[in-house]
Amino acid sequence: MEIPEQVKKKLTLPAEEYFYAGHTACQGCGAALGLRYVLKAYGRKTIFAIPACCSTIIAGAWPYNTLGANLFQTAFETTGAVLGGIEAALKARGIKVKGEDGVMIVGWAGDGGTADIGLQALSGFLERGHDALYIMYDNEAYMNTGIQRSSSTPYGAWTTNTPGGKRHFLEKRHKKKVIDIVIAHDIPYAATASVAYPEDFIRKLKTAQKTPGPSFIQLFAPCPTGWRSPTDKSIEIARLAVQTAYFPLFEYKEGKYRINMPNPKKEPKPIEEFLKLQGRFKYMTKEDIETLQGWVLREWEKLKKLAEVFG
Amino acid sequence: MEYKPIRKVVSGNYAAAYAALHSRVQVVAAYPITPQTSIIEKIAEFIANGETDIQYVPVESEHSAMAACIGASATGARAFTATSAQGLALMHEMLHWASGARLPIVMVDVNRAMAPPWSVWDDQTDSLAQRDTGWMQFYAENNQEVYDGVIMAFKVAETVNLPAMVIESAFILSHTYDVVEMIPQELVDEFLPPRKPLYDLADFEREPFSVGSLATPADYYEFRYKIQKAMEEAKKVIKEVGREFGERFGRDYSQMIETYRTDDADFVFMGMGSLMGTVKQAVDILRQEGYKVGAAKVRWFRPFPKEELYELAKNVDGIAVLDRNYSFGMEGILFTEAKGALYNTDAKPLMKNYIVGLGGRDFTVNDVRKIAENMNAVIEKGELDVEVDWYHLKR
Repeated sequence: MEIPEQVKKKLTLPAEEYFYAGHTACQGCGAALGLRYVLKAYGRKTIFAIPACCSTIIAGAWPYNTLGANLFQTAFETTGAVLGGIEAALKARGIKVKGEDGVMIVGWAGDGGTADIGLQALSGFLERGHDALYIMYDNEAYMNTGIQRSSSTPYGAWTTNTPGGKRHFLEKRHKKKVIDIVIAHDIPYAATASVAYPEDFIRKLKTAQKTPGPSFIQLFAPCPTGWRSPTDKSIEIARLAVQTAYFPLFEYKEGKYRINMPNPKKEPKPIEEFLKLQGRFKYMTKEDIETLQGWVLREWEKLKKLAEVFG
Repeated sequence: MEYKPIRKVVSGNYAAAYAALHSRVQVVAAYPITPQTSIIEKIAEFIANGETDIQYVPVESEHSAMAACIGASATGARAFTATSAQGLALMHEMLHWASGARLPIVMVDVNRAMAPPWSVWDDQTDSLAQRDTGWMQFYAENNQEVYDGVIMAFKVAETVNLPAMVIESAFILSHTYDVVEMIPQELVDEFLPPRKPLYDLADFEREPFSVGSLATPADYYEFRYKIQKAMEEAKKVIKEVGREFGERFGRDYSQMIETYRTDDADFVFMGMGSLMGTVKQAVDILRQEGYKVGAAKVRWFRPFPKEELYELAKNVDGIAVLDRNYSFGMEGILFTEAKGALYNTDAKPLMKNYIVGLGGRDFTVNDVRKIAENMNAVIEKGELDVEVDWYHLKR
């Protein structure tokens, strides 16, 4: 369908669609939305590397492909390494990478594939300085295998291997700060983003496209199936994750931190507002919530300090 | 252009590095492990000296080395790596990936014993444990075969779209210097033209496509069958490429099993890799002493040369299979394969398995003589003393 120019001008997102109908994501899937935005930002001249995760299914079983780009599916722990290989091949063949007319190489991996099993390959990818973008879509557990905890699962969350029960056996560790590990590699560009703020996400994707060297985006992507949340609440939950400072939006560019909160002056909302919409948090006690709230505010203060000192 | 070889005294590892260079490899992703290291060091030196524009990716593990080669090969590049033992075992998952995605990556594996106990010496169990990954396997007897093997492996691999492993012995070849006849670049180029990939992730003119996506039980089966068909095709291609190599450069590789003085032999020694050099020397001596023996060197273990083995086996009374490897709970791996390949044929030589040289224990001409004496007695008696002989065991 042709979109009239005057309508296009008013749109805050690219009008072109490269994420096609017929994908197999669940209703309300944050990852599917995220993929759609990435494709809007980069279009046809994109090579995706996707490891074992929901997106291998979402992209369609053989011989289908719901992505309007070329896709290489790879083993769980290899996203970073495969990106490096793709980039090396393009360089060897003299094909331009990034920029307006270059090829975008995008790794698209879940939190398990990034924070756990793929962390080594990610570190290698960042450290070697490959000219590609790694996106971790963070739905805070192993969703494709049936909601098992990952190191990105937050404190107090129910998953199928932190099932609560009589012994109150819930996730006992705070969410791993993968973005901090990434920044420790001192790469040119790293950012957090959320499917609830697509303009911010697209801007960050464009920044990554313009910035030579490796970039990394941690995208908050709700999973109604795994979070036991209503399928029409994904955006609201993602927005609350930002508004409570549970998942603050910020970017790290050439050594400088910049916070990208929608209302920077506003105090964070209480964490309960984020928790109450999700069944996965229903076993948390008052003390559990206090513990999580304490962690959220401590990390938020830390980030503000970083932005203040290294802004 | 007339072929005039360039003679260089190099180690097996340098032979591998030169072969990669002359094959105009575009991407090398590798991780260091003894005794493979001097291959990648030499390649780095070529780059540092401006002899090549190879994109060198110094990855953080062998698993990532293979993953990066896979990414590069899927993006149309000619990709190469090298490893050994623990590194090869770590790659195992991605070896399946390379063949499943039909990527003609070539890798040199320097045969080294698996730990524990730690050992850096020659043993074939590392590569043979990768038997079912869909990789072709070429075992080199000497440094010349390492060099020739890499160049031929690329041609075979890129014809059938399957990856290939070229295997050399730790230290016996990897660090031992010998004369290698190298081929001038222009003539290698004529023999091995630029790669024409089956697909190319950088092809944006075609419909968007996905490689490696989910195949349900309705489709998966056919993917496997196609790999087997490619392996069968590879047998023909190997023979053609081996013959062409011989015509161009004087060293014929059209036999997947190289036979040496087997025509009138009562029994033959069969094995793979560098130990077959020792065997051939021993055969000459044993022949002078009146033994009618020969040697059968299995060059290509995958695809397995069943037909050639049959032609050999039907004319001999016995085969002494020498395995520098072991499958625990069974026997030497080549022994199992060879017996299995002959079971449904009318060739029924006496077959005995000698386990030799595990972990780099010396295997000498004198060992071959002792094995010959034993094998001779077995054949005269017409029955096996033991089927699997741990020949080198300290008793």
